[in-house]
This record gives sequence, C-alpha cells and structure tokens, in this order.
Amino acid sequence: MVGIVAFGAYVPRLRLNRQAAYDANKWFAPGLRGLAKGERSMANWDEDSITMAVEASRDCLTSHKAEDVRNIYFASTTHPFKDRQNAGVIGTALNVEQNLSATDIGGSLKAGTSALIAGLNASRGGAPSLVAAADKRMARVASANELNYGDGAAALLCGTENVIARLVGHHSVSMDFVDHFRGDEAEFDYGWEERWIRDEGYSKIVPPAIKAALAACKLKGSDITHFIMPSLMPAVPKQMAKMSGIGEGAVRDLLGATLGDTGAAHALVMLVDALEGAKAGDRIMVVAFGQGVDTLVFEVTAEKDKLAKRKGLSGWMARRKEEKNYMKFLAFNDMLPIDKGMRAEFDKKTALSVLWRKRDMIYGLVGGKCRVCGTVQFPRSQVCVNPNCHAIESQDPYAMAGLECAVMSFTADSLTYSPDPPAYYGMITFPEGGRFMADFTDSDKEQVKVGAKMRMTFRIRDNDTMRGGFKRYFWKAAPV
Amino acid sequence: MARGIKDKVAILGMGCSKFGERWDSGAEELMLEAYKECLKDAGIDQNQLQAAWFSTAIDEVHVGKSGIPLSTTLRLPNIPVTHVENMCASGTEAFRGACYAVASGAADFALALGVEKLKDTGYGGLPGGRGGPLQALWNANGTAPGNFAQLATAYMTAHGVSGEDLKKAIGHVSWKSHQNGAKNPKAHLQKAVEMDTILNAPMIASPLGLFDCCGVSDGAAAAIVTTPEIAKALGKHDIVSVKALQLSVSNGSESGHNSWDGSYFHTTRIASKKAYEEAGIKSPRDEVSMFEVHDCFSVTELVTMEDLHISETGKGWRDVLDGFYDADGKIPCQIDGGLKCFGHPIGASGLRMLYEMYLQLQGKAGPRQLKDPRIGMTHNLGGAPRENISSVAIVGRYE
Repeated sequence: MVGIVAFGAYVPRLRLNRQAAYDANKWFAPGLRGLAKGERSMANWDEDSITMAVEASRDCLTSHKAEDVRNIYFASTTHPFKDRQNAGVIGTALNVEQNLSATDIGGSLKAGTSALIAGLNASRGGAPSLVAAADKRMARVASANELNYGDGAAALLCGTENVIARLVGHHSVSMDFVDHFRGDEAEFDYGWEERWIRDEGYSKIVPPAIKAALAACKLKGSDITHFIMPSLMPAVPKQMAKMSGIGEGAVRDLLGATLGDTGAAHALVMLVDALEGAKAGDRIMVVAFGQGVDTLVFEVTAEKDKLAKRKGLSGWMARRKEEKNYMKFLAFNDMLPIDKGMRAEFDKKTALSVLWRKRDMIYGLVGGKCRVCGTVQFPRSQVCVNPNCHAIESQDPYAMAGLECAVMSFTADSLTYSPDPPAYYGMITFPEGGRFMADFTDSDKEQVKVGAKMRMTFRIRDNDTMRGGFKRYFWKAAPV
Repeated sequence: MARGIKDKVAILGMGCSKFGERWDSGAEELMLEAYKECLKDAGIDQNQLQAAWFSTAIDEVHVGKSGIPLSTTLRLPNIPVTHVENMCASGTEAFRGACYAVASGAADFALALGVEKLKDTGYGGLPGGRGGPLQALWNANGTAPGNFAQLATAYMTAHGVSGEDLKKAIGHVSWKSHQNGAKNPKAHLQKAVEMDTILNAPMIASPLGLFDCCGVSDGAAAAIVTTPEIAKALGKHDIVSVKALQLSVSNGSESGHNSWDGSYFHTTRIASKKAYEEAGIKSPRDEVSMFEVHDCFSVTELVTMEDLHISETGKGWRDVLDGFYDADGKIPCQIDGGLKCFGHPIGASGLRMLYEMYLQLQGKAGPRQLKDPRIGMTHNLGGAPRENISSVAIVGRYE
C-alpha cells in the first residue's frame, strides 16, 4: 500500500495586511477594494522557494530520518535556479546525498500535484520519496494577484510503511488551456479574462476529470469527505464540487483570508491542512488545475493518529507577525529602487570550489565532534577547539541544524547593510557544545535577549546580483 | 620564561602626523609627515637606517601590499622593509619587529612606521567585506560596532550590571577622552562633549551609540629605535627604553568553545601578565603611571582595564565612574584623547600610543603633560572580542 507517510508545511512569519496594501494603491486601483480584507503571507527578504521547501521538509521529517529518503521532488514555478538542481539544494540542506534521486518539477500550477503523483509512484517499491512544493510569486504593484498570492510551502513523505493516507487512485489530463502564463523573460503573470477561464476552462475541463478519477477509484462524489481545489476564484471549487456530486460541506477552505494562494504549492498546502484534522476513513480528493488537471484521492488510515506531533500548517500559521508596511513588502520583493548605500555594494561572488568542499558545513550545518574529548564544535576543524584537548584530525561530522541553541550575546546593528535593519546577530551556543556568531532572522527587539532559545533556519544569506542572482544560503538563528 | 628585551632597546626618535579626515593627503604624504618629525627627533641620517617595519591593516584601500610603498615614498637606502599586518595591532607589531632587530644586534637603527588612509572609500566607518571565500559563506553580517556591542551585553550579563549603569560608565569613558582630546592639537576630534549629548546620541549597534565608537581617521606615526648605549653615545638624555613587548593571539577557543562567556578579552589577560613579568612590574595598579589602551569602543576600554589587571573583574565600571582613569585620576588613561578623539588610522594606532608615552616620559606633552610619569603602557586589540590579537607595550625612563 503506497500513500502519504508524513506531512509538513511552512509559512513565512510576516503577514501583509491587505487593507494596508490597498490603502497605498487605491488612488490608482480603487477596484481592488473587494480584496482589501484579511492578510496574505509574505516571505522575509531572506526567503525563497528553496528555503521554504527546506523548512517544510524538515517539518515533514520530524519523526523520520532524512537519510532514508531516496527521491526528492521539488515543485515550484519560482525555482531560484533555472540551471542548477533546486531539489539538490534541499537534499544537501537535509544532509542527504547518497542514493538520492532529485528532480525539479515546474512549469504549471499543478506542478505540486504532479510531483506528488511522481513521488507516490516512485515509492511503490518501498523507497521513501519526499515531495516538497513551494512558491514565492511576484505580482505587479496594485494588481489583484498581489493581494491574492501568498508565499508558503508544503512537504509530503511518500512510502509504503505506516501510511497515514492511502492513495486510492489518481488521474490526469493535460491540455494547453492558457488561463495565464509567465514567459521566460517575465517577472509577472499575464492572465486572460476570468469569466472565460471559469466558463470555458474550469467548467468544461475539471468535471470530466473528476468523473474519470472517481471512476478509476470506484467511488461516487458523495464518498469524498474533503475536496481540495485551489483557485483564485473562490466560487469555482464549490461549483466544481456541485457539478461532480461532491457535498458542499466537503469543499475545503482556500485559506485566502489568512494565507493567500501559494501557487504550485497550494494544493499540497491545503492537503496538509486537511490531513491535520482528518480522521481515519476520511476520503480526500485533491484537484489541481493548470494546463490540464491532476486529481488524487486518498483515504486516511488509523496510522494518522500515531504520527508524531509537528508544527504543521496550523503551527506555522500561528507563528505570525502582522505587517502593515506595504513599502517593506515592495522592498523585500525588490520592487522598490531603495537607496541601499555603499555598504550594499560589496562583491558577493561565491567561490564554487569552496562551496563544494564545505557544502556539508554551509548547507547542512554539519559541525564536528571530537572522538578524544567529545567536544562538539562548529565548524569542524583539523585541530579540536577544546583548550584542554587540541587533538588532531579527531572530529566526526555532527549535524547541528536540528539542535536548539541559545543567545549568549547579541546586537542590533544599524551600520551594516541589511535589507531589514537593524541587523540582529550574535553568539549562539548549543547545549551539546559548539557556538558561532550567527545572523538572526525573523527577530524583533522583544524576542532577542541573552539566554533566549533559538532555532536554526535555512535562509538566503546574500544574493549575487552581479552574476545573475546566485543565492548564497546558510543557516540563521530565529527565536523559537 | 625567556629573558625578554627589557632596557635593551631605546626610542631614539618619534613622529606623528596630524590625525583626522585628511582630504589633503594620501598615505604617502602622511608617511612623510610622521617620518620627517621622527628623523629630525632621532638626529640621525636616513642612510644610517638598517631595517624598517611598515604597518598598514587595510592596505587594499590605499598603498597596496609589500614593503615597497614605504621604501619608495621615503626613498630608503635599499634596506629590508617588512610589511606587517595584524589588524588593529599592526602598529605595535611594526614596533616589535624594529625592537627585536635592535635587541638581537641585527640592526643599530631600525624604523617602524605605520599608516592608514581610510577616507578615500566614499563612506563612513571601516571598509567592510574582507575575509576569505569561506568566511564569506558563513560569517555573520557584522561590523566592528556590532561585535563590540556584544561585549557590553555579555559584560552586563556576567556581572549583573544594569544597562543604565553600564551606559553611564561607557559614556564617562568617552566623555573623559573628549576632555583630553580637546588639549591635543594633533587629535582628530578636539572638542569636549557634554554627557547628555553622549548618552542621547543615535544608536549604532545597541547598546553602543555614536559616541561609544571611535572615528575613522587618516594618519601615520613612526619610531626609530636603537640601543640605550648608542642613544647615550649620540648625546641623548631622558632616554625612554622599552620594558616589555607582548602579543597574544586567539586560537579559536573563545569563538568556538563554550568556556568563554563573552565578557572579557582572554588574550589581553595573557599578554598583559607576560608584559608585567618581562618588565618586572609586580603591582601594576601602583607602578604604571599612564595608559593608552585600545578604546575602539568605549566598552572595550572599560573591559580592557580589568583585563590589564588594573581594575577588579566586574568592577571596572565603578573605577571609571569614580574618575580613576581621568586626567586628574590615579592612573590617567588616553591622555592624548585615545582612539576616540586622537583618531584610529589602524596601522598607525599602536605607534601613535607610543608617541604619547614618549612625549609624556620626556615632559614634552604640552598642556596635557602629566606630573612625573615613569612607566607608560600601551595596548592594542585587533579583531573582535571572540577572536583577536592583543598587543601590549611597556615603556619607561631608562635608569
């Protein structure tokens, strides 16, 4: 039996108040007033689809070993790299390299479900597959998309042991219905009229697809307990359910009021949302629309209640900070030619040979543990750092990303360039041993104190815009 | 312990340029300005120099690498010139090289010259972005103020000092240096400042405000050293000799091992202890007449006075508030204005501190002259609290 073994999610801490965004733009686009309610998630300046996918994957692997994962599928329409495997970065961040197949899936808003289908099929033989989906889509200033979109990620572990949601069946159709597109040279989506998309697209393409999927699963519409279908038009999922004989009560909330639409990740984000509250026997249908339709049907098993607690979507949603500063949203998304000063001009060129040699340190936050004295240290070095040891070549790799740490000293620096000043950083110490001067992220004055507990999180450190946007990733400390 | 170099080396002459934002000068002009005064004071001919040590720390923004810039600027007589760089301890490092050359007998006359020209970068503060390709991938996005601000947070935590008390004490450190700097015509900042202005200044890196940070200055300083015997033979009197020169460099235990609490300078404790031994000083609080220490930030000076074993650990802030280190206190500190007001051209700073000691010991310090000083101590700190070079020099009257 193949299915979902574990789930995880990630949502950035900041939530842009839509009214604040609307207030800034209403002089130009008063027609957006209807969308000026609730909030959307907003990635910090140091987050992209890779960093969010890493966090969702870590959440998903709360009670599973990353090294058992044999396949990683990473779905997004905003992969940070066109040529450099994005899924491979996730693998390295999770300290998985050997016996791993990594695949990027993109090009459509149904990339998330396509990746899930691939992951499930790859796991049929017993090899666990991690499916991560994340999107951080840009939208034009004063557009509906700007208010509707959200940033976020989901991850699902597929396998055959301790399955919490059994795959009942899946079905796909592919057709080049272009409701919107983003060309190779474009930053933003370009879309056609909504009424046409609804009447000629959704209404004519989705119901037959659902019908075929139900037939393949030998189920009726009324058998579905949770119906998941992302759409920027809130009435559409209800309409599709009705046309397919699925009860109105089964239609899941689109999470638009608090999160926004997370693009290729959204079907899986909504699936995680459903799984969190689902009971054994519940049947979940996931439908994703984008140049065709993917439909998957799951049945929740009794194993679901045994799954170890994790943050999940609800946990990350609860970690929230309202952002009413629309200018900050623009600046974080590089939509504002803000005066960064000369300190922002330092060259960010990365020595790729160094990155390769030190990839476990930089991407995996792997330190060392001395075999002679037991001291944990970061980075792993040739000579033990313990002043009473100094043994040579005595350290085994020691993964530190999952360890909680504490602030020993810190500052809020207004001199250094930071996209979000002041820059918080400080010495963090790990109770197991080891310390280093780390950048902090998602930090406020009220949270950062000597002794405060911190958690390591995978983030963008620098963006080398001189060379086409090579993102340097490293780990930062964030308040627990 | 080795015998050390106490009284084996005498300072024959010194010079120091005007420090400040020297828009009129490049590094070459600054070098010559300090050197002219130094050579004249030494009273020898340039052709008598047998070796030179040249210190700059951020040479990529002015003269570039090697000993060539010094040799070509001064047209030295094709003698060995060694370029030294040890961050903010570079100036003392150049002096150490010259002294060791004389003490060993390898040279009768050796020159140490330090320079830094920082005000051609286009922005305030020290140039950033240094470090190798690995550091660039993981070092925190920090600045010097941010690193030293953490000394303040750790110090408060370690000794239960309130934010208010510490802010007052470090404010007094800067207030005192401004009082002193006002009497120094070569200082970058020559204006006394009110306490209220200091305490209410904009924050640079909390809890350090604008007046807790030393400025960035251009400048150069130089020394010519020889043996006391040669100095006497040249007719010098009031000879100032080197009593001790010590350096201690972090080996990563503070930055990487959980035994350090961030509230003190491990290296300064070691370097100063060795220096007192070399100089034969038993009770530094009673024997040292004056200090020039590395007050890159006000809190650095406060903590340094503990690590030099003058103030009791955790009590230095009380000594500061009691005026112990003021110009009219028991042991004046930064009588020339310190890095805070004299200025901090990195590669020159160690030599600038020695210049003030040299003037004071010879009674040539003008309106800021102290009464009968016998022993002067200088201290530099290169790097950050968690990883640094601490250099200590003790000079005194040759008796």
